[in-house]
Amino acid sequence: MMSSNAYLVLSAVLFGIGIAGLLIRRNPLVMFMCIELMLNAVNLSFVAFSRSLNDAAGQVVVMFVLVVAAAEVVVGLGLIVAIMRRRPGADADALSMLRG
Amino acid sequence: MVGTQLVQQVTFVIAAMIAIAGAIGVIAFRNTVHNALSLVATLFGVAVLYVAQGAYFLAAIQVIVYAGAIVVLFLFVIMLLGVDRVEALAAERRPAVVAVGSALGASLAILVLVAVLARGATPTGARSVAAVVDEARDIGVLGSLLFTRYVFAFEITSLLLTIAVVGAVVLSRRPDGEPIDAGEFPGDDEPLDLGGMESE
Repeated sequence: MMSSNAYLVLSAVLFGIGIAGLLIRRNPLVMFMCIELMLNAVNLSFVAFSRSLNDAAGQVVVMFVLVVAAAEVVVGLGLIVAIMRRRPGADADALSMLRG
Repeated sequence: MVGTQLVQQVTFVIAAMIAIAGAIGVIAFRNTVHNALSLVATLFGVAVLYVAQGAYFLAAIQVIVYAGAIVVLFLFVIMLLGVDRVEALAAERRPAVVAVGSALGASLAILVLVAVLARGATPTGARSVAAVVDEARDIGVLGSLLFTRYVFAFEITSLLLTIAVVGAVVLSRRPDGEPIDAGEFPGDDEPLDLGGMESE
């Protein structure tokens, strides 16, 4: 069995790539994919900790994260469809009117 | 024993390379469809790593739910909106923003890397709070935890999914009124209508 350090490092790299993409890209769909990437990185480290601590609760948490991610994608894509219908080709910067 | 360890290490390296290459593809490709397909590669690599750690059920739902449902939903929206053309180069970020974003992402990864390497010690696997990981009856352990210790979270999850479905239906209905910024939120003055076809 590989040590959990390798999994944690890979998880950190995936999370960093996700954050960089979220900050760099302006297409709302790609920003959503980067959020999925970050959620996956966290899931990977949950499973690695579940393995190394010998506690199945980490895998249960991964299931809950999966459900929340699915709900988030459904609502987020609904928002993107509603926005794009009103302003075709809008990017994240064009939506600054949503700022509080 | 040495052979098994070598196989595990080779599996890890290949799956990690697939996952990282897919993640870089998600943020680097210009075409949105290519981004979504790169995301599939990352999800598949992570699923292989789940299998390598004995989380077989999670690997299965990772492939079925993430790669099978969520990415297909992304592709549907991409095709529906017609944004699958290559983005114009002028629409991209300035180099300073790219540098700052990349530096933030890299610094976070390096921070965790340093923390893991400095900590060094791996847990012994001696303690277990909820239930012991058992590869042979993976689904059984998960299911009994879900319906005993985490049953309230599980029920709240069903509520969350219902709210998400209702929200998606309400959000994606076509507004009836003026097209420019009048009636910003369509459909909140009438009861939910699962068909939603008569307004067209």
